[in-house]
Amino acid sequence: MQTWFAHTFPNVVYQGWTGDTGWLTAITETLFMTFWSALFGGLLGLIFGIGLVITAPNGITPNRPLFWLFDKVVSIFRAVPFIILLAAIAPFTKLLVGTQIGTTAALVPLSLGVFPFYARQVQVALAEVDSGIVEAAQAVGASFWDIVFGVYLREGRSEIIRVSTVTLISLIGLTAMAGAIGAGGLGNMAISYGYNRFATDTTWVATLLVLIFVLIVQLVGDYLAKKLSHK
Amino acid sequence: MSHPIIALDNITVTFHQKKRTITAVNNVSVHIERGDVYGIVGYSGAGKSTLVRVINLLQEPTSGSVVVNDEVFFQSDAKTDKATRITSKNLRDRRRKIGMIFQHFNLLNERTVTENVAFALQHSPLSEKEKAQKVAELLDLVDLSDRAQQYPSQLSGGQKQRVAIARALANDPEILISDEATSALDPKTTNQILALLKKLNQELGLTIVLITHEMQAVKEVANKVAVMQDGEIIERGSLLDIFAQPKEQLTKEFIETATNIDKAIATIAGQPLVTNLQPNEIFVRLAYVGDTTDEPLIAGLFRDFNVTANILYGNIEVLQDTPVGSLLVILSGTSEQIKASISTLADHHVEVEILKGGQ
Repeated sequence: MQTWFAHTFPNVVYQGWTGDTGWLTAITETLFMTFWSALFGGLLGLIFGIGLVITAPNGITPNRPLFWLFDKVVSIFRAVPFIILLAAIAPFTKLLVGTQIGTTAALVPLSLGVFPFYARQVQVALAEVDSGIVEAAQAVGASFWDIVFGVYLREGRSEIIRVSTVTLISLIGLTAMAGAIGAGGLGNMAISYGYNRFATDTTWVATLLVLIFVLIVQLVGDYLAKKLSHK
Repeated sequence: MSHPIIALDNITVTFHQKKRTITAVNNVSVHIERGDVYGIVGYSGAGKSTLVRVINLLQEPTSGSVVVNDEVFFQSDAKTDKATRITSKNLRDRRRKIGMIFQHFNLLNERTVTENVAFALQHSPLSEKEKAQKVAELLDLVDLSDRAQQYPSQLSGGQKQRVAIARALANDPEILISDEATSALDPKTTNQILALLKKLNQELGLTIVLITHEMQAVKEVANKVAVMQDGEIIERGSLLDIFAQPKEQLTKEFIETATNIDKAIATIAGQPLVTNLQPNEIFVRLAYVGDTTDEPLIAGLFRDFNVTANILYGNIEVLQDTPVGSLLVILSGTSEQIKASISTLADHHVEVEILKGGQ
């Protein structure tokens, strides 16, 4: 078995398990980037998404200038292709984390790249919460925060899980590009050690690992979304 | 005149859409007394919903004054074009004393029946234990104790509305606003909900503002009625007055939907007795309210004027414990005899409407 594997996938074995170019390292890097940028980008996206819904003309605190600001920031960041964003915000990244290359440095563009996408998704998810329910909550004297947490986020939670799944999968896609600024990960494995060195087997295995990763996210997301919905 | 619990004065609400200005409510004043069940009737778009949303300021009026329980919620000043309004903290507090139920129930889908009712008690001074007890009592009141742990999607429309009523009553309100609350329900469920509202009015002294496009619903529970059209109240009065002597065309239309008299007239007018009406006969509709019904008037017509009355259709409604009747009758006799009998009927406060014959 082992000899068969070494024979069929020589380059995969050559990369090794640990060490700078090892598989475990690449997997850990991808997980690290996905987790932290999902956290930061997700939080930012959630804030902007909620902001867009509540400051909208038909929201609970209509505020034209603030809505305009949220809307434009999201639109502008969404318009910049990620591979360009990586390079364009390098000085800002350096300011924030002290370096502009490596896995940690990638968290800044990854978070900024994913948040506008997530913000729009959250906006759509929350817009599906029936305005009548919000009105009923206001009628029983619910406060601003009661409505944000108790109505919007609570009523929209299943939908938010669903859009989070989509966002997370899209984020995994973005981490593959982060190799361009030396962040490593499975995407980098597939390109730098696979494609560029004509090591097709390495490319395929890296791709397979990303696919498994995406599949797990999808399955868990679907399960949670279904479990949390009582509509 | 006693003191109104809700006083809306000169309320105007306008909406701006692009370059158009829509006046949803136009200079309307309504005073609602404590213990009233005040029905506001009108077609969609008449401004009913907008008007009642002004009571708890879910809709802030463009101008006018809103006073609830002697407290000024909103007052505009025509001279300075500025308005004084209750602070938002106080407003949230006062809203808890104004329950509201809706056409589409508006329950929180991701919360159980118990959690839905408890949602209204979030800011209540009660302890957690007292809150749980309160929720249990309310669910018992609306007869849903066995559904406490279910989600709204598992309930029927009538059950959902009862949960909504329990939620609306959580903070022991003095006022309940019902915004088309029975419009999405079937007739049987509608009657159950209306009976519940009536019970709440009688047992808890709850003041109810009921808006609907179904006159039938108003007929069941209201003691006062206002009819709205194009943002204005075109007619108002006690339920009896409105039913017995409607003045405006729209009011008449609404009443006919609730009594089916129009259908009866149409059916009967097609029958041979009426189509072949003799020269000495007239086809009339008699309408009366209250005590008149106790007197043997029809028999009296023959005794006193030798006019025979052939009753083709009769309908008696009991509104606010007072009978209100409609009869479709063919009277036959000489024209003098008929004229005399009509004036006698009028003397006894029976309204006579000639539908056919008697030129």
